[in-house]
Amino acid sequence: MGSRECGQITSHSEPGPGDGGRTGSWRVLRPVIDLEACIPSRRKVAACFICWLYCPDGVITRTIPPSIDYEYCKGCGICAEECPTKAITMVEESKFALEEK
Amino acid sequence: MSIIESGNVAAALGVKLCRANVIAAYPITPQTPLTEKLSELVESGEMNAEYIPVESEHSALGVCIAASSTGARAFTATSANGLLYMHEQLHWAAGARLPIVMCVANRGVGAPWTVWNDQQDSLSQRDTGWIQLYAADHQEIINTVIKAYYVAEQTSIPVMVCYDGYILSHTHMPFEVPDQEKVDAFLPPFRPNYALDPSMPANLNTVTLPEPRNNIRGELAHGYMELRYLLHEGMIRAIEVVGEAEQRFNEIFSVSGTAYMDMYKCDDATYIAVAMGSLSLHLRVVADILRDEGIKLGIIGIKLYRPFPCGIVADALKDRDGIIVMEKAISYGYVGPLYSDICSCLYTQGLDGPSPGFPYVHNYILGLGGRTIRTIDLMDAIRPICTGKRIKDQPGWIGLKI
Repeated sequence: MGSRECGQITSHSEPGPGDGGRTGSWRVLRPVIDLEACIPSRRKVAACFICWLYCPDGVITRTIPPSIDYEYCKGCGICAEECPTKAITMVEESKFALEEK
Repeated sequence: MSIIESGNVAAALGVKLCRANVIAAYPITPQTPLTEKLSELVESGEMNAEYIPVESEHSALGVCIAASSTGARAFTATSANGLLYMHEQLHWAAGARLPIVMCVANRGVGAPWTVWNDQQDSLSQRDTGWIQLYAADHQEIINTVIKAYYVAEQTSIPVMVCYDGYILSHTHMPFEVPDQEKVDAFLPPFRPNYALDPSMPANLNTVTLPEPRNNIRGELAHGYMELRYLLHEGMIRAIEVVGEAEQRFNEIFSVSGTAYMDMYKCDDATYIAVAMGSLSLHLRVVADILRDEGIKLGIIGIKLYRPFPCGIVADALKDRDGIIVMEKAISYGYVGPLYSDICSCLYTQGLDGPSPGFPYVHNYILGLGGRTIRTIDLMDAIRPICTGKRIKDQPGWIGLKI
C-alpha cells in the first residue's frame, strides 16, 4: 500500500506528533537522562522541568521521571545545555547502533 | 452579444463572466489594458471582486496563491519580464495545486528591451507545471479564459492563457460575449481541493521529506517524489479534461470549437505548417495561395501546448510528406521548443505504430521581438520544403537581415 491511500494531492501538516516526519533519524547525538541527578526524578515532585520547557520539538514529557521521544528528538542538545544539574549527557548515536541491531 | 473590442478587453470580460473573486496584477506592456479594464469593472461595482494592487509580479502571483488557498477564484495577468519575475511563484502555484488562471500577452524578453510580440516568455516557462493554452483571435481569448477556469478547477492545476501581444492584445476585432447565465451553467462555483480553515490549522506545502511519512492520523502521507508524480499524472489527465471542457462549452454555447488544435485544409494535405497563436491564422492565407500553385498545404494551430497532446498531434502529422514548424521562440543552441516536441511525439508514435517512417520535419524561427512576418516571406520559406528541399541544419530563420 502506497501513499495514494491518504487521498491528498498536496503536502500539508497539522499540529501533532509526527507530521514533520521521523525527525529522530537526523540525530547524531542522543540526550540521555541520569535519573539520579534529575531533580523531579530524585525528589519525586513536579519540579524543574527546564528540559521540557526548552525542548524546541516538544519531545520531552512533563512527567516523573521525564522521558524523551527518540522517534522525533533531533539531538540538538539544548536540554543538556539547560539542565541545572547536568543530568543530561549527549551520547554518540554510534554507541547505540550496535546494541539496537 | 457581439461587440468590437481589443483582445485585452476580451480577456477582461471573460474574467468578469467567470466571477473571479480576487484579482492581483502589476501593469506591464502589452498586458496593461487588461488589468486596467478589470480595475474599472471592480471600481464601478460591475464586478464583485477584490482588486489588490501590488508592487511586483512576484507579489501579484503571491496574492493569487494566498487567495486561491482560501478557496477564492483568483486571476492575474502579465507579459515577458513580468512573467519571468513570477518564475518561482509559477512553480509554487502548480506544486500547491491551485487552480489560478493567468493571461499572458506574449512579448519578447529582455535584454535588450523590447515591447513587441514573440512567444519566448511563456514557452520558456514550459516546465513550471502550468497548463498552457494559446488563443489565435479575440473570440478564442474570451472563450479560452472561461474554459481555463473549468479545466484548472477540475484538475487542480493552474492555467496560462497565452495570446500574442499587440497583434491580438491591442487590435480590435468583433467577437461574441457569452451570456452570463450560460457561463454560470458551464462553470460551477469553485470548490477547493484543500482550503485554509481557521478551525483546522495546518501548515501548507511544508518541508516534505524524501520518503513518505505517517501523518498525525497515522496515514501514510506523500514524500516529495509522490507529489511530483501526482502533478505529472494530473497534467496527463488534463488532456482529457480539456477535451471534456470543449465538448461541454460547445453544447452549452451551441458553437463548434476544437480542443487541442485547429486544422485548416488538412484532409488532403501532403504538407502541414504548424504554429501557435495568431500566426496559425496568418498561415491560412499562405495555404490558400500555395494551393493555387498546386501545393497541398494544410495548417495546424496548436492550442494546448502543456500538457502536450502527443498522440493527437502525431496522428494528424505522421502520414504527411513533410511538416514545417514555425515558431516565435527558440531554445538557444538547439531548435524551437515546439519543433523538439513534434519530432519527439512523431518518434514515439513511430515506435508504437505500424509505420516506422517519419515525415521530414522542418523548423523556422520568425517574428522575434515583433519582426514583421510578411506573407510573401512565409510563402518563399514554405514553398521549397513542399517541393523537396531538405536541410540538415535546423532551424532556418525567416526575415533575418544579417
